Amino acid sequence: MEKLNDFDKALLNLLQSNLPLCPRPFGALAEKLHVTESVVLSRVQALKAAGFLRRIGTFFDSANLGYQGTLVALSIEPGAVAAVAEAINRYPGATHNYEREGRYNLWFTLLTRDKRQEDAILGKIRTLPGVKDMLNLKSNKKYKVNVQFRL
Amino acid sequence: MTDEKISEADKAIVRALQGEFPLVAEPYKELAAGVGMTEEEFLARAQKLLSEKKIRKMGAVLRHREVGFTANALCAWVVPEARLDEVAKNMSASPAVSHCYDRTTTKDWNYNLYTMIHGKSREECERIAAELAVANNIDERVMLYSKKEWKKTGMKYFCEDS
Repeated sequence: MEKLNDFDKALLNLLQSNLPLCPRPFGALAEKLHVTESVVLSRVQALKAAGFLRRIGTFFDSANLGYQGTLVALSIEPGAVAAVAEAINRYPGATHNYEREGRYNLWFTLLTRDKRQEDAILGKIRTLPGVKDMLNLKSNKKYKVNVQFRL
Repeated sequence: MTDEKISEADKAIVRALQGEFPLVAEPYKELAAGVGMTEEEFLARAQKLLSEKKIRKMGAVLRHREVGFTANALCAWVVPEARLDEVAKNMSASPAVSHCYDRTTTKDWNYNLYTMIHGKSREECERIAAELAVANNIDERVMLYSKKEWKKTGMKYFCEDS
C-alpha cells in the first residue's frame, strides 16, 4: 500500500467531515485546498482505487428514515460460529457482524422496518444449531455516530 | 408505518445516493439523470433530507486499517443510571470514540453503555479505555476485541419492495 502524503492527509481530513451538497462538490473542496478541481478528482479516484476509502457519498440516519436498529450478541458453540455468521450475513439488515472474544462470541447489528420484522429474524437466528444464548441490546439514545480519523 | 414520513420521490433520492457516488465534476447531474429528475430538483430534495437529518453526513469513511488505525475494540461499560447521560456525552467527546450508544441490560449482562474505540494498537485501545474509566470514574468495563469481521456493509434502504 502506498503511503499518504501531506496533501492526501489534508484531502482525506476534509473529505471525512464534509463533501458539500452542491453542483460541484469536488470543486468546492479544491478551493479550500488551493488546487484545481481535476487534481482533487484524480487524487480521490486514486485513493479509492488504492483502498483507503471504505465509502464515499451519503450516510443516512437509519432512525430518521424510519428504520429501527439493535445490537445482538450471541453465545455460540465454537464449531458453529461460521455457519451462524453466514446465516446472519444473508439478512440485508445485518450490516455489521463480528466474531469477538468472550462469552458472547458473535455480535451483529440489525436494521429492520419494525419490531415485528426484528422479532421474526431474531426468532429464526435464536434457533440456529449451536446458538446457546442471545442478547437483544436495544438502544434508547445514540450519543455519537461519527467515524472520523484525524490524519 | 414509516412510509408517511418519506415520499416516493425522496425514497428515489435515497436509493440513488446510497449507490456508488460518481467521482466526476458534477456528480448530481449524473445521479439526477439516473432517476429522471433535474439536477436542481435532486439537489433541493437532498438538501431537504440533510436539513431533516435523514442524511447524517456527506463525505467519506476511511478504511481504518489502511490509514493506520489497526486496532479497535467495542468497550462496554456499567454506568450508574443517574450518570449515564453525562458519562455518555463525555465519552462521545473523545476523538478515539467513533460510536457511543446506551443499551438495555439483562439479568446477567449489566453493561449499559457501549463505545467503539479506535487505536493504532491493542495497547493504545487499552490505554484510551483506562483513561476514559478514570476520567468518568467507572470501574466496570469489558473490552470486546474482534477476532474476525464477518460482514461490514452499508445499509440499502427502501429496497425491500423494489
